[in-house]
Amino acid sequence: MTPAIELSSINKQFGPVWANRDIDLKIMPGTIHGIVGENGAGKSTLMSILYGFYTADSGDIHVNGRKVTIRNSHHAIDLGIGMVHQHFMLVETFTVLENIMLGMEGGSLLFKARSRARKALEEITEKYGLNVDPDALVGELPVGLQQRVEILKALYRGAKVLILDEPTSVLTPQETGQLFEILRTLRSQGVTVLIITHKLKEIMAITDNVSVMRGGCMVAHRQTSETSTTELAELMVGRTVLLQVDKEVAVPGRTRLKVEGLSYTDERGVKRLKDVSFHVRAGEILGLAGVTGNGQSELMKVLAGSLPQDSGSFTLDTSNGVYTFNVNDYRDAAMMRDCSVGHVPENRLVQGVVKSFPASENAILGYQNKEEYGSPLLDPAKIVAATEEMMEAYDVRPRLPGLKTANFSGGNQQKLVLAREMMKEPELLLIGQPTRGVDIGAIEAIHRNLIDARDKGAAVLLVSVELDEIMSLSDRIIVMNDGMITGEVNAADTNEMELGLLMTSTNRKDDEAMATAVETPKAEAVA
Amino acid sequence: MEMFDQLFSLLGATIRMATPLIFAAMAGIFSERSGIIDISLEGKMLMSAFAAAVVSYETGSPIFGLGAALFISMMLSLLHGYASITQKGNQTISGLAVNFLASGLTVTLGHAWYSQGGLTPALKNEQRFTAIDLPGAEWMGENIPVLGSFYERVLSGHNILVYLAFVAAAVSFWVLFRSRFGLRLRATGEEPNAVDSAGISVAWVRYRAILIAGSLAGFAGAYLSIAQNASFIREMTSGRGYIALAAVIFGKWHPRGALLACLLFGFLQALETRMQNVELPLVGELPTQLFSAIPYIITVVLLAGFIGKAIAPKAIGRPYVKER
Repeated sequence: MTPAIELSSINKQFGPVWANRDIDLKIMPGTIHGIVGENGAGKSTLMSILYGFYTADSGDIHVNGRKVTIRNSHHAIDLGIGMVHQHFMLVETFTVLENIMLGMEGGSLLFKARSRARKALEEITEKYGLNVDPDALVGELPVGLQQRVEILKALYRGAKVLILDEPTSVLTPQETGQLFEILRTLRSQGVTVLIITHKLKEIMAITDNVSVMRGGCMVAHRQTSETSTTELAELMVGRTVLLQVDKEVAVPGRTRLKVEGLSYTDERGVKRLKDVSFHVRAGEILGLAGVTGNGQSELMKVLAGSLPQDSGSFTLDTSNGVYTFNVNDYRDAAMMRDCSVGHVPENRLVQGVVKSFPASENAILGYQNKEEYGSPLLDPAKIVAATEEMMEAYDVRPRLPGLKTANFSGGNQQKLVLAREMMKEPELLLIGQPTRGVDIGAIEAIHRNLIDARDKGAAVLLVSVELDEIMSLSDRIIVMNDGMITGEVNAADTNEMELGLLMTSTNRKDDEAMATAVETPKAEAVA
Repeated sequence: MEMFDQLFSLLGATIRMATPLIFAAMAGIFSERSGIIDISLEGKMLMSAFAAAVVSYETGSPIFGLGAALFISMMLSLLHGYASITQKGNQTISGLAVNFLASGLTVTLGHAWYSQGGLTPALKNEQRFTAIDLPGAEWMGENIPVLGSFYERVLSGHNILVYLAFVAAAVSFWVLFRSRFGLRLRATGEEPNAVDSAGISVAWVRYRAILIAGSLAGFAGAYLSIAQNASFIREMTSGRGYIALAAVIFGKWHPRGALLACLLFGFLQALETRMQNVELPLVGELPTQLFSAIPYIITVVLLAGFIGKAIAPKAIGRPYVKER
């Protein structure tokens, strides 16, 4: 059988860096083929070459046995290669139909083009069972449907090979299930699917074959039925990796953070937090699950002192005393740090570091007034020494405190922020997306550090969109949707399906147990 | 009757005042809907007003004058486009540069060529676009009450460019919302990534959009010097390019809304000239500066709360850089 796509000896260099080196890949028609690899392994570059965004420095591409040079994305479309990008390429103010026909209108008048596209779309919808209202505005569709529009766009252009780049990163487990259903239908209709992901579980669930990339090279090809997540993880990292986090049962202490009826409305008048109540105790990790953009970011910012709430309050109970922050109480991030609150912002590459500063300055950012750094002046020797210690402990590479932060890779910038916040041993740690953009090998270490912090008595509030991470690290899990807490479960006895349902639920679940749980320690503190 | 005559001649003046704004606002819509901020409308109008006056004077033909205006304005568009599309520069700065260039060059060349303090020589009537009386206007004005007066004073008696401005607004609407080119242009201003991944060149769409904008701004400039007036006067655009941009925002980047905004602003300008030295009851004589400021004040006040948020094209002002 002729492969649908065959790549041989593909090379691509960016300056001195080999993004792709000597890549061979065969994709058989009518199969679902997965490509896995860590960040920077060269997956995206390879797909960009296949989709005509880049041209390879050398090497051959065969499509259906015919040798081709793919000049641009238009050419790729003509060859029957369609791409669904991680960030959707959709015009939000257009209807589904307009988005689908853009670039393929087939006539200079929209009136005729619309009716023609509508007819063609109906045929595709019927053939593949992909239902979307063609007249809905794309901006008003949920993410799962937007993705479906992207798939329809590719099929409308006659795609026989569909490339999906991290397709599940924005989906709930239910939406992921639906996507996989669609992909299976496509396969049964003869479409070849190429799926790029770093989620090994999904590779196992959906693909027929899998190829592993590491450091710009293709390190292995496997039949999915003959491999395992453990083997794939090892191939990706190049050494044995512990996928499961080992941890003891939590021994929670007093309530460190008590949130009561917190609400927040943003500057556009959208209610981001609706009467949120929960608590976190010392020595436990509370996971906050939810699809991105349902109020988690705002909650973290309010608790970290950088946004004021509209109503409600939160109480911190640390060794520095008990403080309740009501609506009009002044607070800022520095004050929170003084109350022993550590904060690793979700978007730490923007909020966590000043990229043009050397690593050493970012390593003390927010703690620059501490005596240990020579306050009221800054003592460079002490700062560098502290930075070196952080880099050692969190394996930040390269170990150069003087290097400009922008010159570290994203994962290493991340580790630097984690080191800064966690090595101060805060009593309450607010941590958002701890492993976003971090390689599998480093994830293991970060998880270990979080568990250690918990075991030393820190209260940890963990926000993550990775359900696996939430489930393996947390002791308790609360779920947010549309600014409300929609459920609380015990991490030990829940599963993805239950969490997924809660993530789309619209029923409020209040922290009923809270009142009793808090009374005792508060009385102690006052006494 | 007297009252109607006055009202209708005020409305007639409104239309004449609104004409350059309408051309310029349509230019702004084309440019901005494709994602290019066009602050250089002012400079393009000024330069094309100058070119129209010079060429009309030298050749004796207003058609050549208009042609020169379109040409020079489109050249300036290309300059702006080269800086902001090809070189991915800052669109506001590049537009501002065009404005400075126009402001300096018109005066300098005017001085060098005609030595009349930056003015161009006065044009004879056959070197301009003059008012067209629609058939039977005078007769109807005298014999048919109200409607006849409306016909004579509001509809009739404008030069050809005035009528063209309204045609331009209608055509702009049609092109933007009924043609394939319009769909792609709007998509480019919202989500250039989507356009690129559909295999359409973002740069080419944007160049075409600003060339259209250039030609429309050329009409606006020519109107000022060889239709409404009979020579070029230094800085004769006096901020109309900016008012047109305000009209674009006020009209939410839609030809219909922008047309109405231009008529409103034209009305205020017509009122301004009539309100000079007029004593109003209670308030007395109003400073004319107040009327000049009103378009801006209205734009700010109305945008601040009365007509809802004006949402600009999403990709406006951002040079398109291919994603990896």
